Amino acid sequence: MVVRLAGAWRLGGTTPAVDPVAEQLRGTRPRALRFDAGGLGAWDTSLLAFLDRLENAAAEREVTVERGALPEGVTRLLDLAHAVPSRTGSDGAKKRDGLLARTGLAAIALLAGGREVVTFVGRLTQAIGRLVTGRARFRGVDLAVFLQDTGAAALPIVTLISFLVGVILAFVGAVQLKQFGAQIYVADLVGLAMVRQMGALMAAIIMAGRTGAAFAAQLGAMKVNEEIDALTTMGIPPLDFLVLPRFLALVLMMPLLCIYADVLGIVGGFVVGTSILGISLSQYWNQTVNAIDLMDCLPGLIMSVFFGALVAVFGCLRGMQCEGSSSAVGDAATSAVVSGIVSIIVADAVFTVLFDILGI
Amino acid sequence: MATRSEASGNARISVRDVTMAYGDFVLMRGLTFDVKRGNVFVIMGGSGCGKSSLLRHMIGLHEPAAGEILYDGDSFTHADPEHRDELLRRMGVLYQQGALWSSMTLAENVALPLGEYTKLSAREIREVACLKLALVGLKGFEDYYPSQISGGMRKRAGLARAMALDPDILFFDEPSAGLDPISSRLLDDLILALRDSLGATVVVVTHELASIFTIADDSVFLDADTRRMIARGNPKDLVEHCPEEKVRRFLTRSAEPVEQPA
Repeated sequence: MVVRLAGAWRLGGTTPAVDPVAEQLRGTRPRALRFDAGGLGAWDTSLLAFLDRLENAAAEREVTVERGALPEGVTRLLDLAHAVPSRTGSDGAKKRDGLLARTGLAAIALLAGGREVVTFVGRLTQAIGRLVTGRARFRGVDLAVFLQDTGAAALPIVTLISFLVGVILAFVGAVQLKQFGAQIYVADLVGLAMVRQMGALMAAIIMAGRTGAAFAAQLGAMKVNEEIDALTTMGIPPLDFLVLPRFLALVLMMPLLCIYADVLGIVGGFVVGTSILGISLSQYWNQTVNAIDLMDCLPGLIMSVFFGALVAVFGCLRGMQCEGSSSAVGDAATSAVVSGIVSIIVADAVFTVLFDILGI
Repeated sequence: MATRSEASGNARISVRDVTMAYGDFVLMRGLTFDVKRGNVFVIMGGSGCGKSSLLRHMIGLHEPAAGEILYDGDSFTHADPEHRDELLRRMGVLYQQGALWSSMTLAENVALPLGEYTKLSAREIREVACLKLALVGLKGFEDYYPSQISGGMRKRAGLARAMALDPDILFFDEPSAGLDPISSRLLDDLILALRDSLGATVVVVTHELASIFTIADDSVFLDADTRRMIARGNPKDLVEHCPEEKVRRFLTRSAEPVEQPA
């Protein structure tokens, strides 16, 4: 059987299908397959792909292929493509598992993930122990940089979000309270909601997105770049040197951010109350001061310390877990934000119930 | 605690029947060899055979799945953390891309280990750091950040940091990767100078033939297919006398026709 190749074979153009020829091979069962490349014009990989598939089809039907008439370049490239036998049974080509197996594997992965979190927290606790006894090793300048980064540098976004949360709360409250002519209680509502819950929660969520992701990306890039290995082989524990200053900075700054968010939220409510609801400045101020006593600030402050710890732990852990490539750094940042926010909300729920039981 | 090995007479590093594995996947098994004091020891093999992994096992970044690694007869694998820190302090590692700490200047990079382990004053530390950088040809770059210099310079700065504490043992992970031929040759000369002047023991992971023949006193060849070491000795001898055809082919850079698929 002779296959006549003619014209230009370009990846950009259209090329004939292999199937009709393969069909004929099956039907006529010739002894050999020859080519006539007399009319062949310009060619590129499209011709090679065609010939490769044709040769495979021929090999399946035990038809010998005689490449004699093909241009020399084509023969050489085809030889090269077959020079290294294709790898079979390699570890890379995994078969797809059944539903049961996948469920099991996911459960095992979940357990292993949980164990890693617990191990990390344990190691971090040891590092804090070293800090308390004065044996932890990190640079003061690093701590200063992180304090700046998690504190002052976060103020603009915390300002915006907290102020607007205050405004939203005031609006939502006003609609209901107006029905009873009790607009003045907007001050109580905004004040208590911000101080007990929203200030800490909003500040924590902002920091999870802003700083948790940044920590994961920084440490992830350092891991991929072997910088963390370099610390380890210098005998400097990365946990002390890298995680501890970040953790400390967030745990110290988060309560301050929380107080700041509380105040800004109350300012937001105040702006709505005085400008739209017609409450006077002094009325709103007195109402707020009477509504909130110092004990009301306690839940938010306690929670914010824990939220800061959660953001730092997940940010740093996801970064340290990073393996391999730069795409892993992106995954680490995403994962840090997701697990940070989920853990914050769960912790918030637990704390709220706990404070209710304790009567705080 | 520290166990003594009977065969540790002249051996600075002894690798004893080490198996390297990631989970269930065994990368290499039955690795046993000694690295002699003051030798340049090359770990060679094809890409992806576990050369760098072996180096990472030797410096404690991975734990062997079985077997043991000893320094001067002291077990590194089973050492308690403090003893391990002591052993680590005697080693310097040059990573493939330099692995400089990106938030610090070159001088700070070199100064960090000095600050951790010496009692020098801040000014003395700075002086030593500058000297180390000058040794690798980076005088005047002390206050640059790693992102501001080229890959080759980063590597040299990494070397300056590895040498900061005058280690007895230096590890190089693919030192010539990404370097031009001249820089690569200069690095080889530097390795030999370190061996000859300081008596340092040097372990190099590489597959650069020119480097291998220039620097190696001794070597081991890892084979990915059998997952074992299949040759041991000076590469100059191996190239002629090694019974393994694979090793001779590697060392002569010959692409013999590979078997066609059936």
